[in-house]
Amino acid sequence: MKFDNILKLDSDKITSSLLVEEETNSTQKVVLVGNPNVGKSCIFNYMSGMYVDVSNFPGTTVSITKSNYKGKDVFDTPGIYGVGSFNDEEKVARDIILSADVILNVVNALNLDRDLFLTLQLIDMGKKVSVLLNFSDELKKRKIKIDTQKLSELLGVEVYETAAVDKIGFDKIGEAIEKARTGKQELDLHFILQQVMAKSIPQCDSLLILEGDESIAQKHNITNGTANEREKIYIGRRNRVNEIIDVVEHEDSKKGEIFNLFGRYSLNPKTGIPILFVMLVIVYFFIGDIVSQRIVNFTENKIGKEFFEYNAKSFVGDFTPVDIDVVVHDNNGNPVNQRLFKFPSGINSNTQLKNEFELFSKQAGAQSDFHFSNPIAKLFFGEFGVVTMTVTYLLFLLLPLVIGFYFVMAMLEDSGYLPRLATMLDRSFNKIGLNGRAVIPIMLGFGCITMANITTRLLGSEREKSIVTAILQFVIPCSAQLAVIAALLSGAGFGPMILYVSVIFTVLITLSTILNKMLPGESSPLLIDLPMIGFPRMRNVLKKTFFRSFGFMKEASFWFFIGALAVGLMDISGILQVWQNLLAPFTTNWLKLPKEAANAFVMGMVRRDFGAAGLFHMSLTVMQKTVAIITITLFVPCIAAFVVMLKERGWKEGMIIWFGTWITAFLIGGIVAQFVI
Amino acid sequence: MLNSTLDQARKGNPITILKLPSGDIKSQLIRLGISEGDTLICIERLPGGTIVVQKNRQQIALGFDLAKKINIILQ
Ligand SMILES: Nc1nc2c(ncn2[C@@H]2O[C@H](COP(=O)(O)OP(=O)(O)OP(=O)(O)O)[C@@H](O)[C@H]2O)c(=O)[nH]1
Ligand SMILES: [Mg+2]
Repeated sequence: MKFDNILKLDSDKITSSLLVEEETNSTQKVVLVGNPNVGKSCIFNYMSGMYVDVSNFPGTTVSITKSNYKGKDVFDTPGIYGVGSFNDEEKVARDIILSADVILNVVNALNLDRDLFLTLQLIDMGKKVSVLLNFSDELKKRKIKIDTQKLSELLGVEVYETAAVDKIGFDKIGEAIEKARTGKQELDLHFILQQVMAKSIPQCDSLLILEGDESIAQKHNITNGTANEREKIYIGRRNRVNEIIDVVEHEDSKKGEIFNLFGRYSLNPKTGIPILFVMLVIVYFFIGDIVSQRIVNFTENKIGKEFFEYNAKSFVGDFTPVDIDVVVHDNNGNPVNQRLFKFPSGINSNTQLKNEFELFSKQAGAQSDFHFSNPIAKLFFGEFGVVTMTVTYLLFLLLPLVIGFYFVMAMLEDSGYLPRLATMLDRSFNKIGLNGRAVIPIMLGFGCITMANITTRLLGSEREKSIVTAILQFVIPCSAQLAVIAALLSGAGFGPMILYVSVIFTVLITLSTILNKMLPGESSPLLIDLPMIGFPRMRNVLKKTFFRSFGFMKEASFWFFIGALAVGLMDISGILQVWQNLLAPFTTNWLKLPKEAANAFVMGMVRRDFGAAGLFHMSLTVMQKTVAIITITLFVPCIAAFVVMLKERGWKEGMIIWFGTWITAFLIGGIVAQFVI
Repeated sequence: MLNSTLDQARKGNPITILKLPSGDIKSQLIRLGISEGDTLICIERLPGGTIVVQKNRQQIALGFDLAKKINIILQ
């Protein structure tokens, strides 16, 4: 043992010897730091009362979130295995750590040997630290004992046991911040550090410079340590971790099997592919049958059309000229009776006809079409009425489906399955210039492309980020789009779906193969730690589903309103006609769709999923629908995703991708149309 | 006892790390808890050579390209 080699530094002496040049901001900066997937975001949510995503895979958080806790600023950071600059998340985390006043170091008690490396590094940086020993609930279950007192002694900082999912130990967080202090540093390393610090460089910067951080070294105008020197420090630190673990951790029976069989089986293709297939089938029936048919039928037709639209439109019709076409259908959907009601000066002006209309239109199977002659009434309440369409489409059609998809995604993210899927698919992904980790942003893309665009940060190289960003914008349909697809194809059977999936898949393979050939550089190999696998926690799943759906509605409502207004105004002013005629060679000859389908591309530019809004009102054959959704899927990403993409990948790449999607969408859609229509 | 590379490991094999590839990746592996001299268990080898190892309670997946650059002793 060489604990005697460790020096307890007087914290007063350090601050006085360094005399941090930066102004001491009056509000304290508390930063949550830890390895990936240890529960930082869970704790952050509790402290801040906010919601940031909590998922069971490493790399959920990729940027900093700021909030406040008891008058202090508190920051959630991306998970890191050490402070450094190996990738973007690390750089982001490094900068916030350097400027932190107090660090709450969250560690996973089950992987203490892995996590303590970062803890010791933070202590070596001379930062004020308290350790939150999270996952303590799992310790009890697995009969693992960690001597927290001893650990605290050896580290020289306070250690608090927590179980973030059950909010256990959170009453001590305030104390943890109060009592945070600089820990015990290794004497040899500290001796070398002093030489750098003598140049009046803060201790934390000095350590990173010794460990080879170029940008920090440049900031202070000195040369950084070599990779060799870094390794030496790292190996020394690792050995110290092992010594600590030997003393503090005891496991009663080594047999505490963490990883259940399901986790094992999902790794190997022989068993993993059937598992994946079964899961897809379950999702298909859940979304395709239960949500998109039963639930949406009810919300869209019963609530949306028969209740909301009918009442909204007849209310407007009370005061403005309207012709109402009422058709009554029998149980099989065949029209059996029809009547046209004309109210040249509003429904209210003709009480007798009003009663007849109400009687007639309220019988079972009746469907009323309102034709307003006033342009304003038409714009807001007509067939494509901004108000009526926005509400029915968003609230009663998209929302239930989007909730369904978000629910499925949340289950997936919380189960710990994604990193295993990444491992299983690693070799296949190598063929398109990616490693299995790319599974994570791509799968998240099925939830929301905008979010997935940000998550590409967890990929190891620029070329991988470019390839995945392109895949996301070109081929991956987000949940809102999947919702529309599910609704359009509901009841059409397997055929169109298989056609759709195979076309999209072929484009994906072709696109990524070309990019892999074209882009310079080399891709990074897979290196990912696999979290525990288990049945998702329902509370977390429902919470996430709620927040995502809410976020979706907030953003989508505004943009949908704008898009619908644009189409409405274009319609009234006659521009829509011009646009339809302009695109007619594409829509009618090439895509073989009615020329009104051009409307879909106006809305589609705002958000792809809105594009299909127009399609609902058209009578299309199943194959026309299939061509339409293929085209819409390959069409430009929504405005939000586009903006984030530009920010992440730069103007040039962003614009190439955006225009590229126009070309592929029409090209592929048209080719398919030539064959099937 | 056999000198080999990690991609050659088979399911269930205990292995000792002999030499890690140099560069950034070595530092990353040390942080994760894989250093030279450590003994791990290969718990899965997928077709194509993706390797999953276990150290203590942690499972880590390594791609084929990385695994073949890690020298090990097969036990
Ligand atoms: N059993 C148990 N699970 C926990 C505990 N704390 C967090 N988790 C789970 O661990 C997973 C990761 O939690 P997050 O809060 O997303 O972790 P993070 O540290 O923010 O992860 P990154 O953002 O990827 O770095 C989630 O599935 C949580 O439900 C705990 O104390 N006990
Ligand atoms: Mg997080």
